[in-house]
Amino acid sequence: MNTRIEQLTQVLGELYGSYGYRPYTMSKFEEYGLYLRNKDFLISDRILTFTDTDGKLMALKPDVTLSIIKNTRPTANAVEKMFYRENVYRPGNAGFREILQVGLECMGAVDDYCILEVLLLAVKSLRAIGRSSVLDISHMGLLSLLLDRYGLEGETRRQVTEAIGGKNLHTIRALCGEGAEDLCQLVRLSGKPSQVLPGLKNIFGTAPQLVQLQKLVAALEKAGCDGINIDFSVVNDMRYYNGIVFRGFVEGVPTGVLSGGQYDAMMANMGRPDKAIGFAIYPELLERLETATQKTVMDAVLLYAPGADLTALCAAVEALAEKGMTVKALPEGSQLPECRAVYKLEGNEVKEYA
Amino acid sequence: MLNVALPKGRLGETVYELFAKAGFPCPALLEKSRKLTFENREAGVRYFWVKPSDVAVYVARGAADIGVAGKDILLEYAPDVYELADLEVGACRMAVAGFPDRYPPMGQTVHVATKFPNIAKTYYASQGRDIDIIHLNGSIEIAPILGLSDVIVDIVETGKTLKENGLEVLEEIVPISARLIANKASYKFKREAIEKITDSLERGK
Repeated sequence: MNTRIEQLTQVLGELYGSYGYRPYTMSKFEEYGLYLRNKDFLISDRILTFTDTDGKLMALKPDVTLSIIKNTRPTANAVEKMFYRENVYRPGNAGFREILQVGLECMGAVDDYCILEVLLLAVKSLRAIGRSSVLDISHMGLLSLLLDRYGLEGETRRQVTEAIGGKNLHTIRALCGEGAEDLCQLVRLSGKPSQVLPGLKNIFGTAPQLVQLQKLVAALEKAGCDGINIDFSVVNDMRYYNGIVFRGFVEGVPTGVLSGGQYDAMMANMGRPDKAIGFAIYPELLERLETATQKTVMDAVLLYAPGADLTALCAAVEALAEKGMTVKALPEGSQLPECRAVYKLEGNEVKEYA
Repeated sequence: MLNVALPKGRLGETVYELFAKAGFPCPALLEKSRKLTFENREAGVRYFWVKPSDVAVYVARGAADIGVAGKDILLEYAPDVYELADLEVGACRMAVAGFPDRYPPMGQTVHVATKFPNIAKTYYASQGRDIDIIHLNGSIEIAPILGLSDVIVDIVETGKTLKENGLEVLEEIVPISARLIANKASYKFKREAIEKITDSLERGK
């Protein structure tokens, strides 16, 4: 694994630990039935299976949340906070892939503070990546309210939800007719909370879900979170997610790197009376970003001749590093990486190399 | 600077005219040359031509911030992108075609030749019909003529080729046209530029 990604997972673990989240570890596999019963919750229904010694069909875990729900006890009067760093196994274009996932779950008597804390940790997680970032926040309860108002059900409801997720106004109009102005407005209302909330009030009035969203974003902004947007194109499956949902983006990475939400309905599906919210980050999505960063951050290349004095070479590298430069020592004749300056070791002296 | 993936071919040229009319011209794009990318720094756009079916891949993976792809490709591959506008060019329809007297009755498996297996699967699942998909890459119309399939699921523009071979449109699945798509992450960080192009294209329709 890339060193920077290893460091990031370490930093995230420390961050979550500092808010009282305890590390949670789990087995690499579960009974296949767990995933079969909840396959719509998974990103893909293709799962790697094998037969256990007693004939039971098992699966390498494609998801972490289902295992945590299954392996923890309901905590209706308390809150259980956990974080994890686990590999999941999912199909890619060239067969199954082992993918690192870091995330947290908050289960039990989840209240508005728990939701706020999870959102705050999502923002801080994006900041830990060290690039310009955005957290898009949406509310499945508000979306559901509006879809109900339009009497949308079944396949049409699914298609309209998908169109909202794609900011696809022409399909919304085609499905709901020209009278679908509030739905179109919901898609257009995207951006900083101060720009979006007045428009949402016009659509939803004093709906408790909007009051909750307002309270949460106000508290986040007061806590110094400036990279947050309200954007209803974050649409998670309504069969599982019922409240706040969110997705995080980092500049330079083409897809969302963080995804999460409140999934009380999923808990109920698995016989749990308590509530839950959580998110996951896929650090491997940052690999290409890291490669690009490494290319640009190299300050100096130090070239040395074959048989150069090891002590002198080591001292020259240390001297450049002590000046705060990133330095790569390479034998003469090597292909030069992108760098700001090239130096050459001549005897015991470091000289600038044209 | 916005990277814009345009589909090679006649549709791409029509689409480029829309971009030029909307205030984002780059005449070098239409000249014959070996250049692969074409920039108009003032307008803040860098165009490149790609195979029509690849536009969505370039956009979904962030190599292009925006692009123009047919609705057929978006339905078939379901890329995770925003579909910002229907440009209302390249209009045609996705349809089931074949010989009317050879369409298997309800209860029998329909053998379907197509370049669009996912669209065919979704359509027939909505009809509650069992199908056998024969995935072809071109000359789809010949499949029912030679008895390889009962019907085809394909794009129909004028219907002329079908008619000349005695085939007919049996069912219309969905209308198709060119759509402006955007990478979701690009939209977060280059939103102003993307919205400016989208609005200008919408106004120019």
